[in-house]
Amino acid sequence: MTEQGLAQRGALPGASREASIDKVSVDERAGRLATRSIKTEAKLSGLRLVIRMMDLTTLEGCDTPGKVRALCRKALHPAADIADVPSVAAVCVYPNLVPIAKKELEGSTVRVAAVATAFPSGLSPLDVKLDDARRAVELGADEIDMVIDRGAFLAGEHPRVADEISRVKEVCGEAHLKVILETGELGAYDNVRRASDLAMEAGADFIKTSTGKIQPAATPAVTLVMLEAIRDFYYRTGRRIGMKPAGGIRTAKQALHYLVIVKETLGDDWLTPELFRLGASTVLNDVLMQIRKLETGAYQAIEYFSKD
Amino acid sequence: MTIKLIDGEPENPTVEQGRRKGERRLHFGDAWQYSPAPESPSKVRLEPRYELFIDGQRREPSTGRYFQTINPATEQPIAEVAEAGEQDVDAAVAAARRAYENVWSKLEPLERGKYIFRIARLLQERARELAIVESMDGGKPIRESRDFDVPMAAAHFFYCAGWADKLKYAFPGREVSPLGVAAQVIPWNFPLLMAAWKIAPALACGNTVVLKPAETTPLTAMLLSDIIREAELPDGVVNIVTGAGPTGAALVSHPGVDKVAFTGSTAVGKAIQRQLAGTRTRMTMELGGKAANIVFADAALDQAVEGIINGIFFNQGHVCCAGSRLLVEESLHDLLMRKLCDRMSTLIVGDPLDKNTDIGAINSKQQLEKIRELVESGEQDGAVRFSTECAMPDRGWFFPPTVFTNVAQSSRIAREEIFGPVLSVLTFRTDAEAIERANNTCYGLSAGVWTDKGSRLFEMASKLEAGVVWGNTYNKFDPSSPFGGYKESGFGREGGRQGLLAYLEVDR
Repeated sequence: MTEQGLAQRGALPGASREASIDKVSVDERAGRLATRSIKTEAKLSGLRLVIRMMDLTTLEGCDTPGKVRALCRKALHPAADIADVPSVAAVCVYPNLVPIAKKELEGSTVRVAAVATAFPSGLSPLDVKLDDARRAVELGADEIDMVIDRGAFLAGEHPRVADEISRVKEVCGEAHLKVILETGELGAYDNVRRASDLAMEAGADFIKTSTGKIQPAATPAVTLVMLEAIRDFYYRTGRRIGMKPAGGIRTAKQALHYLVIVKETLGDDWLTPELFRLGASTVLNDVLMQIRKLETGAYQAIEYFSKD
Repeated sequence: MTIKLIDGEPENPTVEQGRRKGERRLHFGDAWQYSPAPESPSKVRLEPRYELFIDGQRREPSTGRYFQTINPATEQPIAEVAEAGEQDVDAAVAAARRAYENVWSKLEPLERGKYIFRIARLLQERARELAIVESMDGGKPIRESRDFDVPMAAAHFFYCAGWADKLKYAFPGREVSPLGVAAQVIPWNFPLLMAAWKIAPALACGNTVVLKPAETTPLTAMLLSDIIREAELPDGVVNIVTGAGPTGAALVSHPGVDKVAFTGSTAVGKAIQRQLAGTRTRMTMELGGKAANIVFADAALDQAVEGIINGIFFNQGHVCCAGSRLLVEESLHDLLMRKLCDRMSTLIVGDPLDKNTDIGAINSKQQLEKIRELVESGEQDGAVRFSTECAMPDRGWFFPPTVFTNVAQSSRIAREEIFGPVLSVLTFRTDAEAIERANNTCYGLSAGVWTDKGSRLFEMASKLEAGVVWGNTYNKFDPSSPFGGYKESGFGREGGRQGLLAYLEVDR
């Protein structure tokens, strides 16, 4: 649907009121949420929740079936020697590796996500991108992580970006669509907000910060801006859109900080892997280490945790 | 003819306890709860009894009387504090005079600065202890005493210390000299910070002081007296007399003082002004407020909501410059209220020493009763109340975050200073109406304006009768920024170069 069409429906936020974002204040709020003190029981349950929300990801040119199989095992059983460690939410790979992951994860709750639409730049003809997404679904992906065309967005071609998202949504069928905004390339929080609104209106099931290929990737402040967009969309439509910060999350403490932001911005309904994911792989071992520390009172060397 | 409402909405579709019926709400429950994370009071060693601090010594009061200071979160006494009588005030003023004549006014300005820098550093060194005591004695959340009160107090000493040897350059072409002995009476909402606001510029300008802290929150001032001793400040340069109203009255009306600096209620401020009328004593008054926080429809809305929260719920609303009147452009009202109520629902009320507490205890039982009385009057006036359903502690003096909509400009909750976590919401249609409503008060301490238009911001700032106007932010402080009121919010400025003037004679 064109922007004009959306505006006539009164569906685009800009139709009645353009949301603007004040950077100083957003950074301050995100910073203050980082001062929440997460201890003992809250820390343990928070860390378990973090694992359940994790999308374990490998997106390298050198990914092989062996590497992906190993990652899938880790996704199913992050640490065999720690009691009650749940599986992660999903494994995220390039389309060619979807069948490998699918087979490895068969019968489990762990979903397979594939990046598509000329990841990570999105700078290919639309039919190529649609085909990319369609093929990934055919190969068995449960979730599609698409990228928006940032060039088009920054050139002001918002209707084109919206149109591309809704076309990808069509070819996804049953597969969940996560729309990567690549906030590190959008420059201003106003643009992040605009792109979030646009993606949700166009049919995104999730909005996601980053590809992981660009710095900065996810930040608490950018996540806050996107969660506020999700809240406003929920107020308007009653639809709950999911959120996935990705990249740049390295420590368990940072991961818990994201959980705090979700808890205090969108509340209980979003504290579930159905609506919140963390795109982070390196953080898993730190989370396991912290859980072990909480249970035994002592830190264990990193060599005791598998590197996948 | 009756008009049928769609979707079976009730006849009165507007509000139920301040929230529109049927609107989608967020749920801030216990899906994942924070565990208690209290700062430990065992980190501080408090004495069972605190004497007066006169002429560099701890002194028993001539009255022989002591009063208890109570932890408002537990209702338990923390320590006994001396009640200074007229004789003690005399002794303190005399000590300050001697110190002024013999030592402090003769000291090289650079040396004065060194002492003040030393106090600043010692405040930083003992920051944790001071923060804990501030929260125990006054009820404010440890997050605020740790991140705001104590660092800001140190910052004021640092800032003023730097001015001590540069006063000539503060007022180019003018000769300045100190006033003499300053009598300073401070309130209970920011005990240590207000002591810093008062003592630091007075000392930097070469005056000596007698300070009277509020009777409900004297402890951090007593810790400050330890720091002053540790800094080896000459005896009598700073004296601290504790007590209630009569002690303060004896101090401000003492013929030996050259200057009175008062921060507190407008009623007491007026009484002091009456008392000192016709005398040569100089005065600065920082009194009450009923600040308008004005939100335009073009504002960055989610950030404005944060600013509203910060404006009214900071320090339980015990803030003279609290944004206690929310003026919102009518077209934005419903959306803003929905967001505000959802955001308020995330606020954690509880143990002031818990690091996750957003709103601590109301400072005293008396203050809690005043808040309750005004809230009741708001309900009787027909305003619609929304208070969050947050868990409240079983004991101690607490009040839930509260907002009133449908408030009339004539209502008491729109006119009187509540000094609690209670916000009154009014609407406006045009810029002119916003200014008229904002200025329609006897107070004029502060205001906030939220808009994306720079031109509108500056126009509002020039037309608002308020000493401080914050643009797209609220409750921002800096030692270099002057603070003070218009109208019945007082006169004189504290902070910045202007703040020095309150403690200087500008000779020529």
